[in-house]
Amino acid sequence: MKSHNARKWRNRIASLLALGCVLVALVPLVSILIEVVSRGAPAIDWAFLTERTKSAGTPDSGIGNAILGSILLVGWGSLIGLPLGILTGVYVSEYGDNSFGRTARFFNDVLANFPSIVIGLFAYSLIVTVVGFSLISGAFALGIIMIPIVANTTEEALRMVPNSLREASLALGVPRWKTVLKVIISNGRSGLVTGALLAIARVAGETAPLILTSFGNSFWETGLTEPVAALPLVIFRNAMSPYADLQEQAWGAALILITMVLSLNVIVRLITRKRFKVAKAVKKTWKERLSLSG
Amino acid sequence: MEGKIVTERLNAFFGEVHAVKNVNMAIPANAITAIIGPSGCGKSTLIRCVNRMHEVVRGAKATGKVYLDGEDIYDPETDPVEVRRKVGMVFQKPNPFPTMTIYDNAVAGLRLNGEKDWSKLDGAAEDSLRLAALWDEVKDNLGASGVSISGGQQQRLCIARALAVQPEVLLLDEPCSALDPIATAKIEDLLFDLKDRYTIAIVTHNMQQAARIADFTAFMYLGELIEFGETKRLFENPEEELTEKYITGRFG
Repeated sequence: MKSHNARKWRNRIASLLALGCVLVALVPLVSILIEVVSRGAPAIDWAFLTERTKSAGTPDSGIGNAILGSILLVGWGSLIGLPLGILTGVYVSEYGDNSFGRTARFFNDVLANFPSIVIGLFAYSLIVTVVGFSLISGAFALGIIMIPIVANTTEEALRMVPNSLREASLALGVPRWKTVLKVIISNGRSGLVTGALLAIARVAGETAPLILTSFGNSFWETGLTEPVAALPLVIFRNAMSPYADLQEQAWGAALILITMVLSLNVIVRLITRKRFKVAKAVKKTWKERLSLSG
Repeated sequence: MEGKIVTERLNAFFGEVHAVKNVNMAIPANAITAIIGPSGCGKSTLIRCVNRMHEVVRGAKATGKVYLDGEDIYDPETDPVEVRRKVGMVFQKPNPFPTMTIYDNAVAGLRLNGEKDWSKLDGAAEDSLRLAALWDEVKDNLGASGVSISGGQQQRLCIARALAVQPEVLLLDEPCSALDPIATAKIEDLLFDLKDRYTIAIVTHNMQQAARIADFTAFMYLGELIEFGETKRLFENPEEELTEKYITGRFG
Protein backbone atom coordinates (compact mmCIF):
# COMPACT_ATOMS: atom_id res chain seq x y z
CA MET A 1 0.00 0.00 0.00
CA LYS A 2 2.77 2.37 0.93
CA SER A 3 4.64 1.76 -2.31
CA HIS A 4 1.40 2.20 -4.23
CA ASN A 5 0.97 5.64 -2.72
CA ALA A 6 4.52 6.64 -3.54
CA ARG A 7 4.05 5.47 -7.10
CA LYS A 8 0.87 7.51 -7.41
CA TRP A 9 2.70 10.63 -6.27
CA ARG A 10 5.64 10.07 -8.59
CA ASN A 11 3.18 9.63 -11.42
CA ARG A 12 1.43 12.88 -10.55
CA ILE A 13 4.67 14.84 -10.33
CA ALA A 14 5.85 13.48 -13.69
CA SER A 15 2.61 14.41 -15.44
CA LEU A 16 2.68 17.88 -13.89
CA LEU A 17 6.26 18.37 -15.07
CA ALA A 18 5.35 17.30 -18.59
CA LEU A 19 2.31 19.58 -18.59
CA GLY A 20 4.47 22.46 -17.40
CA CYS A 21 6.93 21.92 -20.25
CA VAL A 22 4.11 21.90 -22.79
CA LEU A 23 2.86 25.22 -21.43
CA VAL A 24 6.35 26.74 -21.64
CA ALA A 25 6.72 25.48 -25.20
CA LEU A 26 3.37 27.02 -26.13
CA VAL A 27 4.39 30.48 -24.86
CA PRO A 28 6.45 31.49 -27.92
CA LEU A 29 3.89 30.10 -30.36
CA VAL A 30 0.98 31.87 -28.73
CA SER A 31 2.85 35.14 -28.28
CA ILE A 32 3.93 35.13 -31.93
CA LEU A 33 0.35 34.63 -33.00
CA ILE A 34 -0.93 37.37 -30.67
CA GLU A 35 1.80 39.78 -31.77
CA VAL A 36 1.28 39.15 -35.49
CA VAL A 37 -2.50 39.40 -35.28
CA SER A 38 -2.58 42.48 -33.06
CA ARG A 39 0.01 44.34 -35.12
CA GLY A 40 -0.93 43.00 -38.54
CA ALA A 41 -4.71 43.16 -38.42
CA PRO A 42 -4.91 47.02 -38.34
CA ALA A 43 -2.85 47.15 -41.55
CA ILE A 44 -5.22 44.94 -43.48
CA ASP A 45 -8.01 46.41 -45.56
CA TRP A 46 -9.15 45.97 -49.13
CA ALA A 47 -6.56 48.33 -50.58
CA PHE A 48 -3.81 46.54 -48.66
CA LEU A 49 -4.73 43.29 -50.38
CA THR A 50 -5.23 44.73 -53.86
CA GLU A 51 -2.75 47.60 -54.26
CA ARG A 52 0.92 47.24 -55.09
CA THR A 53 3.73 48.10 -52.71
CA LYS A 54 4.59 51.81 -52.69
CA SER A 55 7.22 53.93 -50.99
CA ALA A 56 6.88 55.24 -47.46
CA GLY A 57 4.19 57.84 -46.86
CA THR A 58 2.23 57.03 -50.03
CA PRO A 59 -1.45 56.35 -49.36
CA ASP A 60 -3.13 53.16 -50.62
CA SER A 61 0.00 51.10 -50.48
CA GLY A 62 -0.59 47.34 -50.42
CA ILE A 63 0.88 43.92 -50.91
CA GLY A 64 -1.30 42.66 -53.78
CA ASN A 65 1.69 42.29 -56.09
CA ALA A 66 3.57 40.36 -53.40
CA ILE A 67 0.66 37.94 -52.87
CA LEU A 68 0.50 37.40 -56.64
CA GLY A 69 4.29 37.06 -56.80
CA SER A 70 4.32 34.48 -54.01
CA ILE A 71 1.61 32.46 -55.73
CA LEU A 72 3.55 32.58 -59.01
CA LEU A 73 6.83 31.62 -57.34
CA VAL A 74 5.26 28.71 -55.46
CA GLY A 75 3.26 27.67 -58.53
CA TRP A 76 6.21 27.59 -60.90
CA GLY A 77 8.35 26.08 -58.13
CA SER A 78 5.77 23.30 -57.70
CA LEU A 79 5.90 22.58 -61.42
CA ILE A 80 9.62 21.92 -60.97
CA GLY A 81 9.66 20.38 -57.49
CA LEU A 82 6.52 18.21 -57.32
CA PRO A 83 7.10 15.94 -60.35
CA LEU A 84 10.77 15.48 -59.54
CA GLY A 85 10.08 14.90 -55.84
CA ILE A 86 7.18 12.50 -56.38
CA LEU A 87 9.07 10.46 -58.98
CA THR A 88 12.13 10.33 -56.73
CA GLY A 89 9.97 9.08 -53.86
CA VAL A 90 8.28 6.49 -56.08
CA TYR A 91 11.66 5.27 -57.31
CA VAL A 92 13.19 5.03 -53.86
CA SER A 93 10.15 3.27 -52.40
CA GLU A 94 9.30 0.89 -55.24
CA TYR A 95 12.54 0.34 -57.14
CA GLY A 96 15.18 1.60 -54.72
CA ASP A 97 16.07 -1.70 -53.11
CA ASN A 98 19.64 -1.51 -54.42
CA SER A 99 22.79 0.51 -53.83
CA PHE A 100 21.69 3.28 -56.20
CA GLY A 101 18.39 3.61 -54.37
CA ARG A 102 20.16 3.79 -51.02
CA THR A 103 22.55 6.42 -52.38
CA ALA A 104 19.63 8.42 -53.74
CA ARG A 105 17.92 8.28 -50.34
CA PHE A 106 21.11 9.44 -48.63
CA PHE A 107 21.60 12.43 -50.94
CA ASN A 108 17.94 13.23 -50.62
CA ASP A 109 18.35 13.45 -46.84
CA VAL A 110 21.44 15.62 -47.28
CA LEU A 111 19.55 17.96 -49.62
CA ALA A 112 16.63 18.14 -47.17
CA ASN A 113 18.97 19.56 -44.53
CA PHE A 114 20.77 21.96 -46.86
CA PRO A 115 20.61 25.60 -45.75
CA SER A 116 18.17 27.26 -48.14
CA ILE A 117 20.53 30.23 -48.65
CA VAL A 118 23.01 27.83 -50.28
CA ILE A 119 20.33 26.62 -52.66
CA GLY A 120 19.59 30.29 -53.41
CA LEU A 121 23.27 30.84 -54.11
CA PHE A 122 23.25 27.87 -56.47
CA ALA A 123 20.23 29.26 -58.35
CA TYR A 124 21.96 32.63 -58.43
CA SER A 125 25.12 31.33 -60.04
CA LEU A 126 23.22 29.08 -62.43
CA ILE A 127 20.36 31.32 -63.58
CA VAL A 128 20.62 34.85 -62.20
CA THR A 129 24.07 35.32 -63.72
CA VAL A 130 22.51 34.56 -67.11
CA VAL A 131 18.99 36.08 -67.08
CA GLY A 132 19.26 38.34 -64.04
CA PHE A 133 17.02 38.48 -60.94
CA SER A 134 13.88 36.71 -62.07
CA LEU A 135 10.75 34.73 -61.28
CA ILE A 136 12.22 31.64 -62.91
CA SER A 137 15.36 31.69 -60.77
CA GLY A 138 13.28 32.04 -57.58
CA ALA A 139 10.92 29.25 -58.68
CA PHE A 140 13.93 27.08 -59.48
CA ALA A 141 15.36 27.59 -55.97
CA LEU A 142 11.99 26.89 -54.31
CA GLY A 143 11.50 23.83 -56.54
CA ILE A 144 14.84 22.40 -55.45
CA ILE A 145 13.93 22.94 -51.79
CA MET A 146 10.66 21.08 -52.41
CA ILE A 147 12.22 17.98 -54.01
CA PRO A 148 13.56 16.26 -50.87
CA ILE A 149 10.47 17.14 -48.79
CA VAL A 150 8.11 15.74 -51.42
CA ALA A 151 10.35 12.74 -52.08
CA ASN A 152 10.46 11.82 -48.39
CA THR A 153 6.72 12.14 -47.80
CA THR A 154 5.98 10.25 -51.03
CA GLU A 155 8.31 7.44 -50.02
CA GLU A 156 6.71 7.22 -46.58
CA ALA A 157 3.19 7.29 -48.03
CA LEU A 158 3.99 4.48 -50.48
CA ARG A 159 5.70 2.39 -47.81
CA MET A 160 2.47 2.56 -45.81
CA VAL A 161 0.65 0.75 -48.63
CA PRO A 162 0.51 -2.89 -47.48
CA ASN A 163 2.70 -5.31 -49.39
CA SER A 164 -0.28 -7.63 -49.80
CA LEU A 165 -1.78 -5.18 -52.30
CA ARG A 166 1.41 -5.17 -54.38
CA GLU A 167 1.34 -8.96 -54.39
CA ALA A 168 -2.38 -9.06 -55.23
CA SER A 169 -1.81 -6.88 -58.26
CA LEU A 170 1.32 -8.67 -59.47
CA ALA A 171 -0.38 -12.06 -59.07
CA LEU A 172 -3.16 -10.88 -61.40
CA GLY A 173 -0.59 -10.54 -64.15
CA VAL A 174 -0.39 -6.77 -63.88
CA PRO A 175 3.08 -5.51 -64.85
CA ARG A 176 5.20 -3.87 -62.17
CA TRP A 177 4.94 -0.31 -63.53
CA LYS A 178 1.15 -0.51 -63.80
CA THR A 179 0.98 -1.91 -60.29
CA VAL A 180 2.95 1.07 -59.04
CA LEU A 181 0.97 3.59 -61.07
CA LYS A 182 -2.56 2.32 -60.54
CA VAL A 183 -2.53 0.34 -57.29
CA ILE A 184 0.27 1.65 -55.09
CA ILE A 185 -0.06 5.34 -55.92
CA SER A 186 -3.85 5.24 -55.81
CA ASN A 187 -3.73 3.66 -52.35
CA GLY A 188 -1.17 6.18 -51.13
CA ARG A 189 -2.54 9.26 -52.86
CA SER A 190 -3.77 11.12 -49.78
CA GLY A 191 -0.22 10.83 -48.43
CA LEU A 192 1.11 12.20 -51.69
CA VAL A 193 -1.24 15.19 -51.61
CA THR A 194 -0.35 15.81 -47.97
CA GLY A 195 3.36 15.84 -48.81
CA ALA A 196 2.84 18.22 -51.71
CA LEU A 197 0.84 20.65 -49.59
CA LEU A 198 3.34 20.55 -46.74
CA ALA A 199 6.16 21.28 -49.19
CA ILE A 200 4.21 24.21 -50.62
CA ALA A 201 3.57 25.55 -47.12
CA ARG A 202 7.25 25.23 -46.32
CA VAL A 203 8.58 27.10 -49.36
CA ALA A 204 5.89 29.79 -49.22
CA GLY A 205 7.78 31.29 -46.26
CA GLU A 206 11.30 30.91 -47.67
CA THR A 207 13.08 34.26 -47.74
CA ALA A 208 16.82 33.75 -48.04
CA PRO A 209 16.86 32.09 -51.47
CA LEU A 210 14.49 34.73 -52.86
CA ILE A 211 16.81 37.58 -51.87
CA LEU A 212 19.34 36.06 -54.25
CA THR A 213 16.91 35.15 -57.02
CA SER A 214 13.49 36.78 -57.48
CA PHE A 215 14.79 39.85 -55.61
CA GLY A 216 11.47 41.66 -55.19
CA ASN A 217 9.57 44.23 -57.19
CA SER A 218 7.22 47.11 -56.40
CA PHE A 219 5.19 46.57 -59.55
CA TRP A 220 2.75 43.98 -60.87
CA GLU A 221 5.39 41.94 -62.63
CA THR A 222 4.62 38.40 -63.79
CA GLY A 223 7.26 37.78 -66.47
CA LEU A 224 9.38 34.66 -66.00
CA THR A 225 12.63 36.53 -66.59
CA GLU A 226 11.72 39.62 -64.54
CA PRO A 227 12.22 40.19 -60.82
CA VAL A 228 8.99 39.60 -58.88
CA ALA A 229 7.62 40.58 -55.49
CA ALA A 230 7.03 38.01 -52.75
CA LEU A 231 5.46 38.16 -49.29
CA PRO A 232 8.59 37.12 -47.35
CA LEU A 233 10.62 39.77 -49.22
CA VAL A 234 8.09 42.49 -48.34
CA ILE A 235 8.27 41.44 -44.68
CA PHE A 236 12.07 41.37 -44.77
CA ARG A 237 12.55 44.79 -46.42
CA ASN A 238 9.70 46.68 -44.76
CA ALA A 239 10.52 45.44 -41.27
CA MET A 240 14.04 46.86 -41.63
CA SER A 241 12.87 50.23 -42.89
CA PRO A 242 12.78 53.18 -40.47
CA TYR A 243 9.23 54.22 -41.49
CA ALA A 244 6.31 53.29 -39.24
CA ASP A 245 3.83 52.76 -42.11
CA LEU A 246 6.17 50.33 -43.89
CA GLN A 247 6.75 48.45 -40.64
CA GLU A 248 3.03 48.14 -40.16
CA GLN A 249 2.75 46.75 -43.69
CA ALA A 250 5.39 44.16 -42.79
CA TRP A 251 3.18 42.95 -39.93
CA GLY A 252 0.18 42.88 -42.22
CA ALA A 253 2.10 40.84 -44.79
CA ALA A 254 3.26 38.49 -42.02
CA LEU A 255 -0.35 37.93 -40.95
CA ILE A 256 -1.39 37.17 -44.55
CA LEU A 257 1.54 34.75 -44.98
CA ILE A 258 0.79 32.96 -41.71
CA THR A 259 -2.87 32.68 -42.66
CA MET A 260 -1.98 31.13 -46.02
CA VAL A 261 0.41 28.61 -44.47
CA LEU A 262 -2.00 27.72 -41.66
CA SER A 263 -4.83 27.18 -44.16
CA LEU A 264 -2.64 24.72 -46.07
CA ASN A 265 -2.01 22.87 -42.81
CA VAL A 266 -5.73 22.76 -42.06
CA ILE A 267 -6.40 21.37 -45.56
CA VAL A 268 -3.77 18.69 -44.91
CA ARG A 269 -5.55 17.81 -41.68
CA LEU A 270 -8.88 17.51 -43.44
CA ILE A 271 -7.39 15.30 -46.16
CA THR A 272 -5.75 12.91 -43.72
CA ARG A 273 -9.01 12.65 -41.81
CA LYS A 274 -10.98 12.08 -45.00
CA ARG A 275 -8.78 9.14 -45.93
CA PHE A 276 -11.20 6.72 -44.34
CA LYS A 277 -14.23 8.19 -46.01
CA VAL A 278 -13.00 7.53 -49.54
CA ALA A 279 -14.80 4.20 -49.79
CA LYS A 280 -18.12 5.87 -49.10
CA ALA A 281 -17.64 8.40 -51.87
CA VAL A 282 -16.74 5.60 -54.28
CA LYS A 283 -19.85 3.74 -53.23
CA LYS A 284 -22.03 6.65 -54.21
CA THR A 285 -20.59 7.11 -57.68
CA TRP A 286 -20.96 3.42 -58.36
CA LYS A 287 -24.57 3.32 -57.29
CA GLU A 288 -25.16 6.15 -59.74
CA ARG A 289 -23.46 4.32 -62.56
CA LEU A 290 -25.34 1.13 -61.89
CA SER A 291 -28.69 2.87 -61.75
CA LEU A 292 -27.90 4.63 -65.04
CA SER A 293 -27.02 1.42 -66.81
CA GLY A 294 -30.28 -0.06 -65.57
CA MET B 1 5.72 -37.25 -65.12
CA GLU B 2 2.24 -36.24 -66.29
CA GLY B 3 0.65 -33.10 -64.96
CA LYS B 4 -0.59 -29.64 -65.72
CA ILE B 5 2.31 -28.40 -63.66
CA VAL B 6 5.51 -30.34 -63.24
CA THR B 7 8.42 -29.24 -61.09
CA GLU B 8 11.85 -30.64 -61.76
CA ARG B 9 14.66 -30.36 -59.20
CA LEU B 10 13.03 -27.19 -57.91
CA ASN B 11 15.00 -25.36 -55.24
CA ALA B 12 13.98 -22.09 -53.64
CA PHE B 13 16.02 -19.82 -51.41
CA PHE B 14 15.53 -16.77 -49.22
CA GLY B 15 19.05 -15.41 -49.10
CA GLU B 16 20.98 -18.23 -47.42
CA VAL B 17 17.88 -20.12 -46.29
CA HIS B 18 17.11 -23.13 -48.46
CA ALA B 19 13.31 -23.21 -48.27
CA VAL B 20 12.42 -25.75 -50.97
CA LYS B 21 14.80 -28.64 -51.60
CA ASN B 22 14.95 -30.48 -54.88
CA VAL B 23 11.22 -30.97 -55.31
CA ASN B 24 9.95 -33.10 -58.18
CA MET B 25 6.20 -33.06 -58.31
CA ALA B 26 3.37 -33.23 -60.83
CA ILE B 27 0.14 -31.38 -60.18
CA PRO B 28 -2.63 -33.05 -62.23
CA ALA B 29 -5.07 -31.04 -64.33
CA ASN B 30 -8.71 -30.57 -63.26
CA ALA B 31 -8.15 -31.82 -59.77
CA ILE B 32 -7.48 -30.37 -56.36
CA THR B 33 -4.00 -30.97 -55.00
CA ALA B 34 -3.41 -30.15 -51.35
CA ILE B 35 0.01 -29.42 -49.94
CA ILE B 36 0.27 -30.10 -46.23
CA GLY B 37 3.08 -29.95 -43.72
CA PRO B 38 4.14 -28.14 -40.57
CA SER B 39 4.78 -24.36 -40.55
CA GLY B 40 7.95 -23.37 -42.33
CA CYS B 41 8.16 -26.57 -44.38
CA GLY B 42 8.24 -24.60 -47.63
CA LYS B 43 4.75 -25.37 -48.88
CA SER B 44 3.79 -21.73 -49.50
CA THR B 45 7.16 -21.08 -51.10
CA LEU B 46 6.62 -24.05 -53.39
CA ILE B 47 3.37 -22.75 -54.85
CA ARG B 48 4.78 -19.22 -55.07
CA CYS B 49 7.42 -20.66 -57.41
CA VAL B 50 4.65 -21.89 -59.70
CA ASN B 51 3.50 -18.38 -60.63
CA ARG B 52 6.87 -16.73 -60.17
CA MET B 53 5.73 -14.76 -57.13
CA HIS B 54 8.61 -16.17 -55.10
CA GLU B 55 11.12 -13.88 -56.79
CA VAL B 56 9.09 -10.79 -55.83
CA VAL B 57 10.43 -11.08 -52.28
CA ARG B 58 13.76 -9.39 -51.71
CA GLY B 59 16.72 -11.78 -51.77
CA ALA B 60 14.59 -14.70 -52.97
CA LYS B 61 15.63 -16.91 -55.85
CA ALA B 62 14.69 -20.24 -57.36
CA THR B 63 16.58 -22.81 -59.43
CA GLY B 64 15.38 -25.83 -61.37
CA LYS B 65 12.45 -26.11 -63.72
CA VAL B 66 8.70 -25.64 -63.47
CA TYR B 67 6.72 -26.76 -66.51
CA LEU B 68 3.27 -25.42 -67.25
CA ASP B 69 1.77 -27.50 -70.06
CA GLY B 70 5.28 -28.62 -70.92
CA GLU B 71 6.76 -25.11 -71.11
CA ASP B 72 9.40 -24.07 -68.61
CA ILE B 73 8.16 -20.93 -66.84
CA TYR B 74 11.71 -20.23 -65.62
CA ASP B 75 13.02 -20.05 -69.17
CA PRO B 76 14.76 -16.66 -69.54
CA GLU B 77 12.47 -15.99 -72.53
CA THR B 78 9.33 -16.39 -70.42
CA ASP B 79 7.64 -13.24 -69.18
CA PRO B 80 6.59 -13.70 -65.53
CA VAL B 81 3.61 -11.39 -66.17
CA GLU B 82 2.25 -13.88 -68.75
CA VAL B 83 2.78 -16.77 -66.32
CA ARG B 84 0.80 -14.97 -63.63
CA ARG B 85 -2.13 -14.42 -66.00
CA LYS B 86 -2.35 -18.16 -66.54
CA VAL B 87 -1.71 -19.08 -62.92
CA GLY B 88 -3.91 -17.14 -60.50
CA MET B 89 -3.26 -16.87 -56.80
CA VAL B 90 -5.32 -16.35 -53.65
CA PHE B 91 -3.45 -15.35 -50.52
CA GLN B 92 -3.67 -16.27 -46.86
CA LYS B 93 -5.20 -13.00 -45.77
CA PRO B 94 -8.04 -11.64 -47.89
CA ASN B 95 -6.55 -8.67 -49.75
CA PRO B 96 -9.17 -6.89 -51.83
CA PHE B 97 -8.08 -3.43 -53.02
CA PRO B 98 -9.47 -1.08 -50.34
CA THR B 99 -9.87 1.90 -52.66
CA MET B 100 -11.97 -0.12 -55.11
CA THR B 101 -15.60 -1.22 -55.09
CA ILE B 102 -16.69 -4.87 -55.13
CA TYR B 103 -17.30 -4.58 -58.85
CA ASP B 104 -13.91 -2.98 -59.48
CA ASN B 105 -12.16 -5.60 -57.37
CA ALA B 106 -13.77 -8.43 -59.32
CA VAL B 107 -12.53 -7.06 -62.63
CA ALA B 108 -9.36 -5.40 -61.30
CA GLY B 109 -7.09 -7.69 -63.32
CA LEU B 110 -8.90 -6.80 -66.54
CA ARG B 111 -9.14 -3.09 -65.87
CA LEU B 112 -5.54 -2.74 -64.70
CA ASN B 113 -4.51 -4.44 -67.92
CA GLY B 114 -6.41 -1.87 -69.94
CA GLU B 115 -9.86 -3.39 -70.63
CA LYS B 116 -12.26 -0.48 -71.08
CA ASP B 117 -15.34 -2.08 -72.65
CA TRP B 118 -18.01 -1.78 -69.97
CA SER B 119 -20.25 -4.49 -71.37
CA LYS B 120 -17.33 -6.94 -71.30
CA LEU B 121 -16.43 -5.84 -67.79
CA ASP B 122 -20.03 -6.14 -66.58
CA GLY B 123 -20.15 -9.67 -67.97
CA ALA B 124 -16.80 -10.62 -66.48
CA ALA B 125 -17.78 -9.20 -63.09
CA GLU B 126 -21.00 -11.20 -62.97
CA ASP B 127 -19.37 -14.40 -64.28
CA SER B 128 -16.48 -14.32 -61.87
CA LEU B 129 -18.65 -13.39 -58.88
CA ARG B 130 -21.01 -16.25 -59.74
CA LEU B 131 -18.08 -18.65 -60.08
CA ALA B 132 -16.89 -17.52 -56.66
CA ALA B 133 -20.41 -18.11 -55.28
CA LEU B 134 -20.59 -14.49 -54.16
CA TRP B 135 -22.97 -13.01 -56.74
CA ASP B 136 -26.20 -13.53 -54.84
CA GLU B 137 -24.76 -11.94 -51.72
CA VAL B 138 -23.35 -8.80 -53.36
CA LYS B 139 -25.35 -8.25 -56.56
CA ASP B 140 -27.35 -5.40 -55.03
CA ASN B 141 -24.31 -3.85 -53.48
CA LEU B 142 -21.64 -3.92 -56.19
CA GLY B 143 -20.73 -0.31 -55.54
CA ALA B 144 -19.75 -0.90 -51.93
CA SER B 145 -16.11 -0.88 -50.95
CA GLY B 146 -14.29 -4.17 -51.40
CA VAL B 147 -13.38 -4.15 -47.72
CA SER B 148 -16.90 -3.45 -46.44
CA ILE B 149 -17.95 -7.12 -46.65
CA SER B 150 -17.13 -9.95 -44.22
CA GLY B 151 -13.76 -11.73 -44.22
CA GLY B 152 -15.20 -14.84 -45.88
CA GLN B 153 -16.88 -12.74 -48.55
CA GLN B 154 -13.65 -10.80 -49.07
CA GLN B 155 -11.78 -14.05 -49.65
CA ARG B 156 -14.37 -15.17 -52.20
CA LEU B 157 -14.06 -11.75 -53.81
CA CYS B 158 -10.32 -12.41 -54.11
CA ILE B 159 -11.10 -15.76 -55.72
CA ALA B 160 -13.47 -13.99 -58.14
CA ARG B 161 -10.75 -11.44 -58.88
CA ALA B 162 -8.30 -14.23 -59.67
CA LEU B 163 -10.84 -16.07 -61.87
CA ALA B 164 -11.83 -12.96 -63.84
CA VAL B 165 -8.55 -12.95 -65.75
CA GLN B 166 -9.39 -16.52 -66.87
CA PRO B 167 -6.43 -18.42 -65.54
CA GLU B 168 -5.90 -22.13 -66.11
CA VAL B 169 -4.49 -22.80 -62.68
CA LEU B 170 -5.60 -21.47 -59.29
CA LEU B 171 -3.14 -21.46 -56.42
CA LEU B 172 -4.46 -20.90 -52.91
CA ASP B 173 -2.13 -20.18 -50.03
CA GLU B 174 -3.96 -21.18 -46.83
CA PRO B 175 -7.07 -19.34 -48.02
CA CYS B 176 -9.18 -20.31 -45.00
CA SER B 177 -6.75 -19.76 -42.17
CA ALA B 178 -8.33 -16.40 -41.28
CA LEU B 179 -11.93 -17.60 -41.68
CA ASP B 180 -14.53 -19.23 -39.44
CA PRO B 181 -15.84 -22.77 -40.14
CA ILE B 182 -18.93 -21.58 -42.04
CA ALA B 183 -16.95 -19.34 -44.38
CA THR B 184 -14.40 -22.15 -44.74
CA ALA B 185 -17.12 -24.62 -45.75
CA LYS B 186 -18.36 -22.19 -48.39
CA ILE B 187 -14.90 -21.89 -49.91
CA GLU B 188 -14.40 -25.65 -49.85
CA ASP B 189 -17.71 -26.18 -51.68
CA LEU B 190 -16.68 -23.56 -54.16
CA LEU B 191 -13.31 -25.16 -54.87
CA PHE B 192 -15.03 -28.49 -55.33
CA ASP B 193 -17.26 -26.93 -58.00
CA LEU B 194 -14.34 -25.20 -59.69
CA LYS B 195 -12.10 -28.20 -60.17
CA ASP B 196 -13.83 -29.27 -63.41
CA ARG B 197 -12.64 -26.07 -65.03
CA TYR B 198 -9.36 -25.35 -63.30
CA THR B 199 -6.29 -27.00 -61.94
CA ILE B 200 -6.24 -26.19 -58.24
CA ALA B 201 -3.40 -26.36 -55.76
CA ILE B 202 -4.13 -25.45 -52.15
CA VAL B 203 -1.71 -25.04 -49.30
CA THR B 204 -3.33 -25.85 -46.00
CA HIS B 205 -2.49 -26.28 -42.36
CA ASN B 206 -5.66 -28.17 -41.88
CA MET B 207 -5.38 -31.90 -42.58
CA GLN B 208 -9.13 -32.42 -42.38
CA GLN B 209 -9.52 -29.84 -45.07
CA ALA B 210 -7.06 -31.65 -47.32
CA ALA B 211 -8.85 -34.95 -46.65
CA ARG B 212 -12.23 -33.37 -47.42
CA ILE B 213 -11.53 -31.65 -50.71
CA ALA B 214 -8.26 -32.80 -52.26
CA ASP B 215 -7.89 -35.51 -54.90
CA PHE B 216 -4.15 -35.57 -54.36
CA THR B 217 -2.08 -34.60 -51.37
CA ALA B 218 1.57 -33.73 -51.02
CA PHE B 219 3.30 -33.83 -47.64
CA MET B 220 6.31 -31.59 -47.18
CA TYR B 221 8.76 -31.47 -44.33
CA LEU B 222 11.77 -29.16 -43.89
CA GLY B 223 11.65 -28.11 -47.53
CA GLU B 224 11.51 -31.60 -48.94
CA LEU B 225 8.62 -33.33 -50.62
CA ILE B 226 8.23 -36.45 -48.46
CA GLU B 227 5.26 -38.08 -50.09
CA PHE B 228 2.78 -37.42 -52.86
CA GLY B 229 -0.24 -39.47 -53.80
CA GLU B 230 -3.98 -39.82 -53.94
CA THR B 231 -5.45 -38.26 -50.83
CA LYS B 232 -7.30 -41.35 -49.63
CA ARG B 233 -4.26 -43.55 -50.05
CA LEU B 234 -1.92 -41.04 -48.42
CA PHE B 235 -4.10 -40.59 -45.36
CA GLU B 236 -5.13 -44.24 -44.93
CA ASN B 237 -1.97 -45.96 -45.94
CA PRO B 238 1.05 -43.63 -45.93
CA GLU B 239 4.24 -45.06 -47.34
CA GLU B 240 6.60 -42.88 -45.35
CA GLU B 241 6.99 -42.99 -41.59
CA LEU B 242 7.20 -39.17 -41.42
CA THR B 243 3.89 -38.83 -43.21
CA GLU B 244 2.22 -41.26 -40.85
CA LYS B 245 3.63 -39.47 -37.81
CA TYR B 246 2.39 -36.13 -39.10
CA ILE B 247 -1.13 -37.17 -40.05
CA THR B 248 -1.62 -39.04 -36.80
CA GLY B 249 -0.40 -36.06 -34.83
CA ARG B 250 2.58 -37.85 -33.35
CA PHE B 251 5.15 -35.32 -34.39
CA GLY B 252 8.23 -34.72 -32.24
